[in-house]
Amino acid sequence: MSSVTTKEISIGDVGARAALAEEGSERMALNVGPSHPTTHGVLRLMMELNGDLIEKCEPVLGYLHRGDEKIAENMTYNQFVPYTDRLDYLAPLANNVAYALTVENLAGVRVPERCEAIRVIICEMARISSHLLGMGVFGMDAGAWTPFMYTFTEREKLYTLFEELTGARFTTSYTRIGGVARDVPEGWLDRVLKFCEELPKATDEVEKLLTRNRIFIDRTEGIGEISASDAIAYGLTGPNLRACGVDLDLRKDKPYSGYDKYDFDVPIGTRGDCYDRYLVRIEEVRQSLRIIKQAIADFPGGAWYAEDAKKIFAPPKEKILSSMEELIQNFMIVTEGPQIPAGETYFEAENPKGALGFYLVSKGGGVPYRLKIRAPSFCNLSILEKLAPGHMLADITVILGSLDFVMGECDR
Amino acid sequence: MIDEDFIKELLSKHAFLNLNHQTDYLTLDCPAEDIVEFAKCLRDEETFDLLVDLTAIDHGTDADERFSVVLHLYSRIHRNYLRIHSSCGSESESPQFPSLSEIFPAANWHERETYDMFGIIFTDHPNMKRILMWDEYPYFPLRKEFPLAGIETDLPADDVVEVTQAEVEPAPMMGGPFVAAEQGFMSESEPRAKDESWTEKKEKPV
Amino acid sequence: MISNEISYNSKIEGELVVTKADAVINWIRRHSVWPMPMGLACCAIELMASAASRYDISRFGMEVMRFSPRQSDCMIVAGTVTYKMAEVVRRIYDQMGDPKWVVAMGACASSGGMYRSYAVMQGVDNIVPVDVYVSGCPPRPEALLDAMMKLQDKIGQEPSAKNLLNTPTRKIG
Repeated sequence: MSSVTTKEISIGDVGARAALAEEGSERMALNVGPSHPTTHGVLRLMMELNGDLIEKCEPVLGYLHRGDEKIAENMTYNQFVPYTDRLDYLAPLANNVAYALTVENLAGVRVPERCEAIRVIICEMARISSHLLGMGVFGMDAGAWTPFMYTFTEREKLYTLFEELTGARFTTSYTRIGGVARDVPEGWLDRVLKFCEELPKATDEVEKLLTRNRIFIDRTEGIGEISASDAIAYGLTGPNLRACGVDLDLRKDKPYSGYDKYDFDVPIGTRGDCYDRYLVRIEEVRQSLRIIKQAIADFPGGAWYAEDAKKIFAPPKEKILSSMEELIQNFMIVTEGPQIPAGETYFEAENPKGALGFYLVSKGGGVPYRLKIRAPSFCNLSILEKLAPGHMLADITVILGSLDFVMGECDR
Repeated sequence: MIDEDFIKELLSKHAFLNLNHQTDYLTLDCPAEDIVEFAKCLRDEETFDLLVDLTAIDHGTDADERFSVVLHLYSRIHRNYLRIHSSCGSESESPQFPSLSEIFPAANWHERETYDMFGIIFTDHPNMKRILMWDEYPYFPLRKEFPLAGIETDLPADDVVEVTQAEVEPAPMMGGPFVAAEQGFMSESEPRAKDESWTEKKEKPV
Repeated sequence: MISNEISYNSKIEGELVVTKADAVINWIRRHSVWPMPMGLACCAIELMASAASRYDISRFGMEVMRFSPRQSDCMIVAGTVTYKMAEVVRRIYDQMGDPKWVVAMGACASSGGMYRSYAVMQGVDNIVPVDVYVSGCPPRPEALLDAMMKLQDKIGQEPSAKNLLNTPTRKIG
């Protein structure tokens, strides 16, 4: 390895950095270690402080790097779906949908309308779930315990709905290439509608506690301001970008899975500070409720998987157990994987954290050649090095909470 | 799809470009020497100012040009993506590529990750260090010859190792990931063990 | 009546309870286990859900989730332990004061889970001694509560008085 020097970053090295400090000054090196109370996961910040003011903040990632991209090269397309759940583990259904859409793009499979409607409903429910947790934990980071309890109670209702639909509370692995795993159960849509009727009350309570709370506003307004040009330069997407005033929402600009049929607004912020990011997310929850109600009102009938995708989606169980051709088809799809033609594709979906993209290179067969996961949290976090200096140490929790990233996605 | 006139204009302005194909999005081939200038022109003149992704592909140890860097850019005006493939040359062990972090600050971390996973050194990068694996890790995981289970190395912290005798061991694969071959008759292309680092017949590497 | 449990019959004994020292110490310890949540990945969300109002972990006295190792009894390793994170987990374990227990929550912490790759440590028991393993990906909050109850039973069996009186030569690692 030629002229690259790698500097050792170990916990002990933090002391060596403090040698930079002169006698009598207030500069110190602080390591906000991987295990810390802001509940966003394992992120390490190596900071240099001058008294209480942050002068330098270097994030160290990789504490949750599990090797997803290498694993993807050794799994069939359907076998990889559980790994996509655990990327952004606050909204697993949205990740599943994004991955399925990528592979379906490459295969040229178009799913029927019922499947698209199901996917829209679960994506929006996942968005509500993720934002509720994000805002609950954001309140907790700023010192308020109660919103956390309220939002978690609402999320438990969502979990019950997910469990009824997919079988698991949150790591759902619900989509397959060419459709979804099973159809919507009886009466599930009515229960979702009932949940949608109850949720605004809870969101209003959380808002009452936080939005006009003097302490909360003092802690978040003007903190962590990101300008629009910075946000675009650093590749931010999602609510973080929209709070800076940039109108970019993939559901409107490049609609997928039937999003152009629904009528909803996209909240845009003005200043790009923590308070704006919070307001954008709360408003997005309300807009998601609108979308769900419209989707349920126009819920189409028909098939819930692509019936003409012969080598890609497994036929229904009754046919497999009785007919030879379907049996062989199922066997091939399970052992060798859905046969996707050679080529490459890139697809991004508007996830609650930002734009989750999958870049897929396939050389034919049932296993990808290269799968790159473009994680929104990875890009959102890269701005921290520029954003943190100039703030107080106590602001770092609020900034991290408002950026709302998830380390599972960031490190993959 | 980006319209045809735009493509023609772009190709005529920059003679070094080649049209790769256009299935889902416009894909261009750009040689590594011209990529910095081209990226700057795309950002300033052609409104592709959002760097969405920067990654690399390993074409295998047999290919002439083993690594190629792939960029994805997005334009809010055209509402479309642009993909650029750029080869790193025939160097197979320590390939180099010019860094785009001056033009797109988002590329900073993406390039560090590409270096970490593939070993491609981005020249003029302000902070060329590993980002996902620990700094002393000696291998580049996403290269095709690196096994999924990993290769045995030492855990980075010496005092912890002294107390616990833990080390970075290859994961037990029981014969390796079972993956079907790409073509052939069903009996030949059934899932076979790919990574034979540990089976019942062959002992676990110590 | 001397037994391992605290037995108390006010008609016979009045206001006096006679029991073994072990029983009292273990009773106190197991009904106020303060967990240190080493929440690394998705299992941390189920850990938070079990601390929230539906599956109230506070019924067992465990809602005091101390993030400081020096103030906690039990480390719940929730999530995938990578090799990069392993040294941190060990250091935090070393900073906890005796007596301490470790619960490996979820498939990833117990054995590496579905991540058989170059970066994931196949089980946190390679680096810290584990008392209770919880299976599931992620385990339901009820499963975690069941595991904590099993931990409580395990704590109840410890010879605490002897440990306190003779300074134990604790096996490291």
